[in-house]
Amino acid sequence: MAHETRSIIYLWRARAQTLLLHAVLIVACLLIAAPVLNALVGSTQTTAEAFTYPPKLTPGKATVDNFRNAWNLGLGRMMLNSAYIAIVITVGKTALSLFAALALVYFRFRWKNLIFLFILVTLMLPVPVRIIPLFELIQTFKMGDTYYALTLPFLASATGTFLFRQHFMSIPTDLVDAARVDGSGPLRFLFQILIPMSMNTIAALAVIEFIYIWNQYLWPLIVISTNEKQVIQIGLKMATQVWADVDWGMGMAAVVMAMVPPLIVLLLLQEQFMRGFGLVQEK
Amino acid sequence: MEIQAKFPHRWLPYLLLLPTILVSVIFLYYPTGQTFILSLQRVAFLGLRKTFVGLENYQRLFTSPDYGRSVVTSLKFSVGVVLIGLSLSLLLAVLANQKLQGARIYRTLLVWPYALSPAVAGLMWLFLFSPTVGLINYVTDTLFGIKPNWLSINLAPLMVMATAIWKNLGYNIVFYLAALQSVPGVLMEAAEIDGANTFQKFWKITLPLLSPTTFFLFTMNLIYSFFSVFGLIDVMTRGGPVDATNILIYNLYQDGFVFFKTGLASAQSIILFVLVIILTLVQFRTGERSVHYGA
Repeated sequence: MAHETRSIIYLWRARAQTLLLHAVLIVACLLIAAPVLNALVGSTQTTAEAFTYPPKLTPGKATVDNFRNAWNLGLGRMMLNSAYIAIVITVGKTALSLFAALALVYFRFRWKNLIFLFILVTLMLPVPVRIIPLFELIQTFKMGDTYYALTLPFLASATGTFLFRQHFMSIPTDLVDAARVDGSGPLRFLFQILIPMSMNTIAALAVIEFIYIWNQYLWPLIVISTNEKQVIQIGLKMATQVWADVDWGMGMAAVVMAMVPPLIVLLLLQEQFMRGFGLVQEK
Repeated sequence: MEIQAKFPHRWLPYLLLLPTILVSVIFLYYPTGQTFILSLQRVAFLGLRKTFVGLENYQRLFTSPDYGRSVVTSLKFSVGVVLIGLSLSLLLAVLANQKLQGARIYRTLLVWPYALSPAVAGLMWLFLFSPTVGLINYVTDTLFGIKPNWLSINLAPLMVMATAIWKNLGYNIVFYLAALQSVPGVLMEAAEIDGANTFQKFWKITLPLLSPTTFFLFTMNLIYSFFSVFGLIDVMTRGGPVDATNILIYNLYQDGFVFFKTGLASAQSIILFVLVIILTLVQFRTGERSVHYGA
């Protein structure tokens, strides 16, 4: 009897613990989402609705107007610019670091370790450390206010080279032998065997780089001076001058627009992204 | 470990590495070297005349009360972002790592703000904190009968810090979750048999095993709080009011690209660079030590 009661108590306690855990996690998720939900609601409201007190937490009547006004500030064009730049850099970085990792893992040559170190050290050179000479260099190359200024300096990737090198070294060596017996060269080996086997790593890198480039702020602020060529993040800064703490509806519509593309990339590639980091255990 | 099988080829590996090396030399190494040189020069307006002045720029920075204040503002901000950010992320990651129904959904819901930009985060929180339309002041008014002005000198640093912490939670949680998955279940079971409770298991097993990840995230968060938050500060406070949120990167931007003090701004770049190097080395050393510990 006593034993049975104890196990029932134990069961109830475990169940209560699980419920508590769910409750805490749900509250945490809601708190994390709150600023975004608030911005979503804000993007639907007229200025009058935004200024009511107590605040109105239900969707308003100005959704279409707000998004149209934000779009008409030129933000649509800037979203396309950002998408173009983010895609060019993501593809470029992936290609360049696949080539670099192929050389580092599957060839024997002089200065190999030195070159790898040389690439790794660039991790310690973020834009602010070299921003003034980089700006002057871009002017010397007559690339100021062009997409070249936004893309070319970002094509090398120490992160990518490192990730692909790690991944390639975990691939069985028999594959290389087989490829050599088949008489296929290194490039065919890369495209037909390595790349199909590296999809998770490629997706993880693509997510990181797309989000990094889409969200970049300081460099485009300095190097781009024409509105038609500007990126969406700086577009948001410009839009703040238009909504000027009054037209919050349009402001939040602009923010929501700018938020969507990187979010879609993350959610679409989420599984691969997390697996690329070993987050979901492979069975 | 070296892989044995190799493709025999004389120049192909160099060709494959050439694009990465070219971009690195031209756009990363060369400008960094130039920054050193510029930091030792005084540059007349528009860069037309450059004169060598030795360490004068550094001397000016180290004796300037304004720069000193910016250093203090930056340190306070970074310490807050790193300590609070990492503790919160670790707590949430541990909770989401429990065996629960819907654990995968929780993980997604905790991680997704990673995709938001610092500028987007800044504007959303500006809306939340706004003294006129903000939700936060409605809550504080209802609960405590106060409506603080979050854009004031005293509160703006807190507002900016809260936003920066929130924005980086997703990133930290991704890495903590990945690390938690690799904590061996056997260890936990052994501890349970020995009668360890949840907190003991956390302090004695989970936390030490996570230390490599914590050191990695420590460095990444410091770099984030030094550099990446620029957009967040620029849309929220522009370093103000009266320099209250003028962290080092914002000071550098203003000196370099608003007031065109090229030499002085370059010296600030070098100071930030030295900080990055010190932090990276610290991470490498602690990282190496914990490898023995972890695996």
